[in-house]
Amino acid sequence: MLSGSLSVLLLRIVLGRLATMAITLFGVAVIVFVVIRVVPGNPVAMMLPPGATEADIARLNALYGLDKSIPEQFVIWLGGVVQGDFGTSISTRQPVLDLVLGRLPATLELSIFALVLAVIIGGVMALTGTRFRGTRTEGAVDVANGVGLSVPDFLWGLVFILLFGVLWPIFHISGRISPALDLPFVTQFYVFESIVRLRFDLWWDLLTHMFMPALALAIPLAAIISQLLKQSLKETMHLDYVVLARTKGYGENRVIVGEALRNAVLPTLTLIGVQFTFLIGGTVIIERLFSYEGLGNMAIDAVINRDLPLIQGIVIVFALIFTVVNLIVDMLYAVLNPRLRHA
Amino acid sequence: MLDGRAAVRRRINARLWLSGGWLALLAIVALLAPWLAPKDPLAQDLFAARLPPFWMAGAEPGFWLGTDSLGRDVLSRIMHGARIALAVALVAGIATCLIGSALGLVAGFMRGWADRIISRLVDIWMAFPPVLFAILLIAVLGTGLHSIIIAIVVIDWTRFCRVVRAEALNQSAMDYVASAKVAGRTRLSIMVREILPNVLPTIVALVTLEMGIAVIVEAILSFVNLSISTDAPTWGGMIAEGRISIHQAWWVLVFPLVTLFLTVLSFSQFGEGLKDHFDPVLR
Repeated sequence: MLSGSLSVLLLRIVLGRLATMAITLFGVAVIVFVVIRVVPGNPVAMMLPPGATEADIARLNALYGLDKSIPEQFVIWLGGVVQGDFGTSISTRQPVLDLVLGRLPATLELSIFALVLAVIIGGVMALTGTRFRGTRTEGAVDVANGVGLSVPDFLWGLVFILLFGVLWPIFHISGRISPALDLPFVTQFYVFESIVRLRFDLWWDLLTHMFMPALALAIPLAAIISQLLKQSLKETMHLDYVVLARTKGYGENRVIVGEALRNAVLPTLTLIGVQFTFLIGGTVIIERLFSYEGLGNMAIDAVINRDLPLIQGIVIVFALIFTVVNLIVDMLYAVLNPRLRHA
Repeated sequence: MLDGRAAVRRRINARLWLSGGWLALLAIVALLAPWLAPKDPLAQDLFAARLPPFWMAGAEPGFWLGTDSLGRDVLSRIMHGARIALAVALVAGIATCLIGSALGLVAGFMRGWADRIISRLVDIWMAFPPVLFAILLIAVLGTGLHSIIIAIVVIDWTRFCRVVRAEALNQSAMDYVASAKVAGRTRLSIMVREILPNVLPTIVALVTLEMGIAVIVEAILSFVNLSISTDAPTWGGMIAEGRISIHQAWWVLVFPLVTLFLTVLSFSQFGEGLKDHFDPVLR
């Protein structure tokens, strides 16, 4: 399917990106490493019983390598990371990598579900606004976009908890899955696995838990998608080929969806990529708000417990996700953009 | 054409007045909170715990919007919370704007190594989840008003930097900059006297947006109990309390939430309104 020149182009994008990705991740690692080691209060002393002696504290410090200088600690940590060893969590005494990988699927499923919701809501609103342009309906779409853009996910989450958790309790407002359910899962990708195992009862339970946090994350992105896509659609509607389609006698719906949408979607797609990283960043507080057992919720606990190795691991994983999303967007853009495709 | 513009202008003005009105009201309440608030925001009274708002059965006179689980007056706490919210909004918003815009202006106009370093820093910053970054910084700096403001500035300067850099790049390519260079003006003088005034409308709109963001960040931090002190009347702290007792006393969540919602909406609508107000096409 891919032509030769396109694979060369994709390879060039990946290689070009890898260098900047490495610099970015290194910068993130250095900043986190230094920042969390300036924290007053010894994290190790906090986990020992009150009667612990100085010698006990010193021994534990040595165990976690906290008795060495910060540059030394960084080199040791980096050496481990390169081999896939992110250290041991201070508060749970489990390998950081296991903890992070255990929670990452929950956050990924939530983020992707939110992205799907945002694309559907934003797309429908943009199409509706374009179909009924110049009417009150378009005005309503504009107002909804304005409010959606102004109010962040945290507030939408609280509003939904109030509306659909309390006033009209049709969704769950905390957790990832009902605790009473018997879980046959072997992976942490619950939603995916429930479909594979044809356990639609579990699948439905997961979805009703995810729906409100995902919707809260989705609304600001949906508003951005709707606004930009509507604008591009309106510009496209004046282009010759669209006018031609109309003179051929195509109906308005077919002109918009069948002809205009194809060319209008590209700028929106690039924007979705950047905004998707913001959405993933938003999971930190949204997971907290809905007691959803994902990476972000664990991150806040890690900060409160001063669990230095765990904080480092989580931040690096988030940074990695962000940079990978940007890379994917660049590649998608190259695949979809006709000008680059035939270059 | 002229009629269309008049209609758009009317809509912009309505938006400016509505959002500006709410913010002005909030500012007055914040300034006069010690005199306006009917009760002491910190006074606990376990015999008056979870009193409903005034129109419901069981309400006590004087507690207009009810009380929380410790018997503290919700209205008084919202009023005193406005002081903290607006203080953070003003100081953090302006400080973020100054630092971010200065760096963006330098990067966009000077180009070269300065641009390379600043842009690389922005890339690194964009790879941090902002809420996690904020919580991390508060853990380092300790709780308190100063820490919140510093955390917001440290995290959000990139927002101004990116926008101002792009604007400065655009402006630098224009003829008036070239002619100023030919006239022998220094780079600093061109940057401050020529480019800055043209970027200013964008900065002004962005600063009000930033103030809304600062209010939210403060609320999020007090929601996870990392803001000032657990006792201080912050909107986020009230919301966190209300989230817990949501099935027993919805008013503890609803009133601070509505206040926060309107405030954040107003800041951003005011910013958007200002941006359109300065728009030369509409003027």
